[in-house]
Amino acid sequence: MRRYLLSRITQAIVTLWLLTLVAFVMARLTGNPLDVLLDARSTEEDRVAMAQVLGLDRPIATQYAIYLRDVVHGDFGNSFKTRRSALSTVMERLPWTLELGTASFLVSLLIAVPIGVVTAVKRDTAIDVAGKVLALLGQSLPTFWLGLMLILLFAVTLEWLPAGGTGSLAHFVLPSITLGWFTVAGIMRLVRSAMLDTLGEEFVVTARAKGLAEPGVVWKHALRNAVIPPLTYAGVVFVALLAGAVVTETVFAWPGVGQLVIESITFRDFPVIQIIFLLFGVMYISMNLVVDLLYAWADPRIRLTEGGRRRR
Amino acid sequence: MSLSTHDPADSPAMSSVEAGTLPAAPERAIATRQRPGLIELLRRRKILIVPMLILAAFVVVGLTAPYLAPLSPTETALGMKLTPPAWLTDGVNARPLGTDQLGRDIASRIIHGARVSLMTALAGILLSGAVGTALGLLAGYYGAWVDALIMRGADMTLAVHIYILAIVLAVVWGPGLGNVLLVTMFLLWSRYARQARAEVLSLKEREFVVAARALGASATRIMARHLLPNILASLIVLSTLQVGFVIVLEATLSFLGAGVPPPNPSWGVMVADGRALIASAWWVSTFPGLAILLVVLSVNLVGDAIRDQLDPRLRRL
Repeated sequence: MRRYLLSRITQAIVTLWLLTLVAFVMARLTGNPLDVLLDARSTEEDRVAMAQVLGLDRPIATQYAIYLRDVVHGDFGNSFKTRRSALSTVMERLPWTLELGTASFLVSLLIAVPIGVVTAVKRDTAIDVAGKVLALLGQSLPTFWLGLMLILLFAVTLEWLPAGGTGSLAHFVLPSITLGWFTVAGIMRLVRSAMLDTLGEEFVVTARAKGLAEPGVVWKHALRNAVIPPLTYAGVVFVALLAGAVVTETVFAWPGVGQLVIESITFRDFPVIQIIFLLFGVMYISMNLVVDLLYAWADPRIRLTEGGRRRR
Repeated sequence: MSLSTHDPADSPAMSSVEAGTLPAAPERAIATRQRPGLIELLRRRKILIVPMLILAAFVVVGLTAPYLAPLSPTETALGMKLTPPAWLTDGVNARPLGTDQLGRDIASRIIHGARVSLMTALAGILLSGAVGTALGLLAGYYGAWVDALIMRGADMTLAVHIYILAIVLAVVWGPGLGNVLLVTMFLLWSRYARQARAEVLSLKEREFVVAARALGASATRIMARHLLPNILASLIVLSTLQVGFVIVLEATLSFLGAGVPPPNPSWGVMVADGRALIASAWWVSTFPGLAILLVVLSVNLVGDAIRDQLDPRLRRL
């Protein structure tokens, strides 16, 4: 186990390091920071002095080393736009996105788990096909268009729900359906295949033989066991939801990190963009690491065989 | 039979299912072997004829858009702006789906938009398929540090916030189809690399590869002539499952202003055009979105069915 643990953590660190390389190249691509930091009145001497202060006069490899050092120390500089700490600018907006992500995740589970169970029980019937189409529909609907259509139906035509913004629980409904539907298909497939496996297990046969009512067998005995694989996958789905929130937040004027991405890029506020970029990378990598380690803890075959990495 | 004539493509035993790979068909046999499969698929699931017809229409419309579209997709006519669809009052038959805020014909723009989607999907999948397959072959064949480096790179791409990358590229180089293709490639190559690598790992110890190596065939030759033909079929199946993804990605990036720039008629741009008008002129956003939905749902239904057909192991999923 210790060897597996070490190898997975090393892999995660290498992945993270590659990510900082992408972030660095991206930041350099976006142009010379001097152009943003200095105004038109600055002289050539000002530029040279500023370049020295920022380390921009050194070779590119040294610049990367300086960048990496700052990142490791949690020093991301100040926002170009607000001149405040870029990190706190991002952290102020993060709760909004986390709330929306959580609500969407719940919506996704509420739709996906029942469909997954029913399509497994009624395998190869019309209900199975209908469930599949419903889930595929979620994968085929472009998020930005689904959001607009929900606004058109529930906000403009029926006037039941607000079209955007925040303030009440009702404001959560449309954005979380928009964001949550996309992940329904993936979760549904996992639940369905886990249910199909579980329904053939001996304890299910025993429960039926005891004369338990069929709903009890399916929803209590079988589901409780079938829900484990989808749940371990939940962390990764959640991070994907948060990243996908950029589009949903744009459509619904939601003041989260996604909106901040768009605002910051418009203002070319690169310190802020970089934090968000790295934040999502770290979340994704650590979620994956946790999931892999949980699997290894639960299943000795993974941690004992070499190269036993879970492949998706 | 001497070893030198033992070409894996000649041996039916080589197209067996092994270690989770799809049945591998040799390159030149694909056309003849896939066709009966498709007809068989249609016979078993007649309902698939509907999405297949939609896809055929999509391809034809995409190819012939300039001849098919009644009006120019970019020519504005402010006097005709925000004309509703023909069946509503104030609608005119010459503008069947209405016009947008610049008076452009929405039907003509959707027809031209099909061309953008079709081109993006084809180019994006060919590019990422080529790059990913090549890297996957290298990783699987050489193993060791080549494998480690390529696969960690593949892991890293999943951790990248793709919208940030796309919008930053659009800011730096200006929005355009090139950026969309670059982002598509960045996202998709790892899927091809993973699949190619996994199959090469199981194939490279087989007799025909060992024999080729013993006869002195170069690594390049083994990968190109012996391994690639055997994994091609499963890569084609993988591709059918990516088409919908690429179309939605292009539309989303264009919606965010990081894809095809206006006034070009991308379906994503068209939905974005109508965003502010959703309360007053619903048709501007609704129809291009419906086009995306129809095409992507069809491609996903067909792709799913083909995957089930070729890989019975996945049929339960």
